[in-house]
Amino acid sequence: MKTKSTLLPQSSEWTFESLLLYEKAIGDIAKEFHLDTYSNQIEVISSEQMIDLYATTGLPIHYPHWSFGKQFVNTEKLYLKGYTNLSYEMVINSNPCISYLLEENSMTMQAIVIAHACYGHNSFFKNNYLFKTWTNAESIIDYMVFAKNYIHKCEQKYGANAVEELLDACHALRNYGVDRYKRPQKISLHEEEARQTERAAYRQSQVNDLWRTIPENFKKKQHLGSKKHRLPKEPEENLLYFLEKNAPLLEPWQREIIRISRKIAQYFYPQKLTKVMNEGWATFWHYTIINELYNRNMVSDSFMIDFIKNHTNLVYQLPYDNPNYYGINPYTFGYRMFSDINRMCTAPTDEDKLFFPELTLKEPLEALDFAMRNFEDESFILQYLSPKLMRDLKLFAILDDEKAPNIKVTAIHNSAGYESLRQLLSQQYNLAFVEPNIQIYDVNVNGDRSIILRHVQTDHRPLDEESTEKVLHYFHALWGFDVVLESVSAEGTVLKIFRCPAIERPSTSESP
Amino acid sequence: MSQFIDRRTNGKNKSTVSRQRFLNRFKKQIKESISKALSQRSITDIHVGEKITVPKKDINEPFFHYAPGGSINRVFPGNREFSVGDTIPRPPSTQQQGPGGEASDQGEGTDEFTFEINKDEFLDFFFEDLELPDLVKTELKAMPQFQNVKSGLSLYGSPSNINITRSFRKALGRRISFGTDKRKKLKIAEDRLSGLSKKIAANSPRRLRLKKYIAFMKEKITAIPFVDTSDILYNRTTKQINPSTQAIMFCVMDVSGSMDEAKKDMAKRFFILLYLFLTRSYQKIQIIFIRHHTSAKEVDEQEFFYSRETGGTVVSSALELIYDIIIDRYATNDWNIYVAQASDGDNWNADSPYCQSLLKEKIMPLVQYYAYIEIMPRHHQSLWNSYLTVKEENSNFAMQTISKPSEIFPVLHALFKRKAS
Repeated sequence: MKTKSTLLPQSSEWTFESLLLYEKAIGDIAKEFHLDTYSNQIEVISSEQMIDLYATTGLPIHYPHWSFGKQFVNTEKLYLKGYTNLSYEMVINSNPCISYLLEENSMTMQAIVIAHACYGHNSFFKNNYLFKTWTNAESIIDYMVFAKNYIHKCEQKYGANAVEELLDACHALRNYGVDRYKRPQKISLHEEEARQTERAAYRQSQVNDLWRTIPENFKKKQHLGSKKHRLPKEPEENLLYFLEKNAPLLEPWQREIIRISRKIAQYFYPQKLTKVMNEGWATFWHYTIINELYNRNMVSDSFMIDFIKNHTNLVYQLPYDNPNYYGINPYTFGYRMFSDINRMCTAPTDEDKLFFPELTLKEPLEALDFAMRNFEDESFILQYLSPKLMRDLKLFAILDDEKAPNIKVTAIHNSAGYESLRQLLSQQYNLAFVEPNIQIYDVNVNGDRSIILRHVQTDHRPLDEESTEKVLHYFHALWGFDVVLESVSAEGTVLKIFRCPAIERPSTSESP
Repeated sequence: MSQFIDRRTNGKNKSTVSRQRFLNRFKKQIKESISKALSQRSITDIHVGEKITVPKKDINEPFFHYAPGGSINRVFPGNREFSVGDTIPRPPSTQQQGPGGEASDQGEGTDEFTFEINKDEFLDFFFEDLELPDLVKTELKAMPQFQNVKSGLSLYGSPSNINITRSFRKALGRRISFGTDKRKKLKIAEDRLSGLSKKIAANSPRRLRLKKYIAFMKEKITAIPFVDTSDILYNRTTKQINPSTQAIMFCVMDVSGSMDEAKKDMAKRFFILLYLFLTRSYQKIQIIFIRHHTSAKEVDEQEFFYSRETGGTVVSSALELIYDIIIDRYATNDWNIYVAQASDGDNWNADSPYCQSLLKEKIMPLVQYYAYIEIMPRHHQSLWNSYLTVKEENSNFAMQTISKPSEIFPVLHALFKRKAS
């Protein structure tokens, strides 16, 4: 490599001049590694501003809601009492890519954060297929401006309470506001505003049509179809979408707000599915880039010691029996996955050749780039988790069956266990492992307009009853008629039924 | 291409609206918390924030999630001793631990959510029951008023504060002192010139040299600046709390058996409100707590609110004590004296006329304001009627029957009105 480089500023206090120099050096190296990024907008903020950002999950513009206030109050309390540190940076999937650096960071930290966020996360946002498909980095800020203004207008017109109640319901259901299999349309501010009125009118007419109860029409329908008209035709996983389009009693503005909350949910959806990959990618690159700075004599030994200390803390994996164990650290796991891919391309062992024959022939940069672009956590692990890494992390699987008196070890990091461990760990990052699979199953179109949701159990895991009842209450508020949730075993037997309103009404209530 | 922006100068209060909504939503719980806090706080501690505790179950945002149970095969790191087929007793708590801990993050954890509200918010909630007029609320919450007071002169300041007289005087002094020597020399030269004999020609070198020297000296004297920057003096002002006076507040309460906790709580709010009012007007406030049944006693706040007594009621004992204390310790001219009395109206019948005369003749001439509240009396007794006659004669005497907190304010109403005007 060319080395005409000079030492970067070594003071542990950063200045804007030194930030510029570091950013330039890091950016140059990133380019050599073919990292493809949005342009960066790097903002230095105070800790109070960081607490503000926490409240709205990083978005610099958001409509107000009490739950953000709660989040704010909580973070502020923990921070002021010293129970928690704020993260060193926050980065938003937008174009230009906005990163926030905390002003308290040392120069070393700022350098790590620039490499990590402005080049690592940034290139991931721009190139990973989930982000490309489900989010639109160009317009998210504009869309949030639209959302904030629209909700503000609604509050003035219909009262803050009515809007808050609606948002509460939407927030309770926001994990169910994404089309996972259908590819969504792009969102854009101008279209959004232009089409909003038109859409409201159209949508209302559609709904009215669906629920027309003029006796004539009703009779005609009965005559025409002995075949039952089923709604939805296929079970619908996007609960908010279904409510927006089909809930009979909602006003147009309510439908628009539901739409806003599912659009925001969709924007965050890829982040949930790529925690390991996203953090792993960013960590791998900050490690690689900072080391490259050192190799080129651009940073000093003391800078490197500071860096290594921070990096090591970041990627430390607590063992399962540590009282503070909170799961597999996505930074560690992702970082080691990408490092392992790099290793297998540069210095493959016989075992690697056996397990990953195609990988051992590839250029490392090419292999890494391919892995980053085309996977999410679940498939990434299934595709790339190597026996060596399973041994390094000393992975093992435990079956916890509530019916059995004891828990049982089902696989460990040996040749008999590799396949099963990889399978299990990959499943652990399947969304259904974290969020119950609940879909809209049927609507009683011609009868009492009740709606049936179905929860299909995985691993025989039951729903939490208290929170489920509360969420159904919100669902009922949006739908306007009876809501039933059936918890169904994988084989299709109904195991438990939740209802809202809770007391079953006599089915003959329609008689005069 | 990258761009750096320094956002630190931007405001930090982006979450204010959301925070306000959060407080509004949990108003009921917060007020409960505040009521509890009020009963434990000292009157003089009213100016600080408060830790609020809200049950977690009220505050959780529900979402669909799993309950513990089922049959889950999970992967963990850090195996040391296990082999396939090992069975292990189930650890005591089988908590949800999905990747990232999402389920346990917001799920039911500890039972309480605590946070802090600041002084202003605390007062807002405190005022709410009292139904104070808005003007009064802002007045009570406002910072003490400052007044600029002249405090001598300074060498630095803004041009508008130049003290012209003093600056000129100083300039004059400087001109005199700088010029004395030169004027002296000038005088000598002039004397010499006039002392020269007529014989010496007008254009003789000696005469010319003297003339030149005189001209030079005159020029030097006029070159002394009329006003120099170092002469200029500025008026200096300092901020002073206005008005910087002191007040005595007597809290008088009947502690006979009929005063129960609810009544005492109401009385406490009454005392706090008066105290708050006084903190706006006076820099230093002393509170004297006097409790009485058949005899009166000066006590500390703790004893005032929390110890119980039984027995009859003789109000005059307290009034006598007030009078004695005033005469003993506080010369009327230096102290502003306020009395707040709370009672449920009980008094020994024969005592009431004596109270009336005590007030009229001895106490009322000494105090700024006397506020009396009767809390939830069964019926008015002789004391009420005696006080009514005092009220007729004194505009700074107020009395009120109170059954809920919102009725406290009117008794202090006149006080606030006077302040506002």
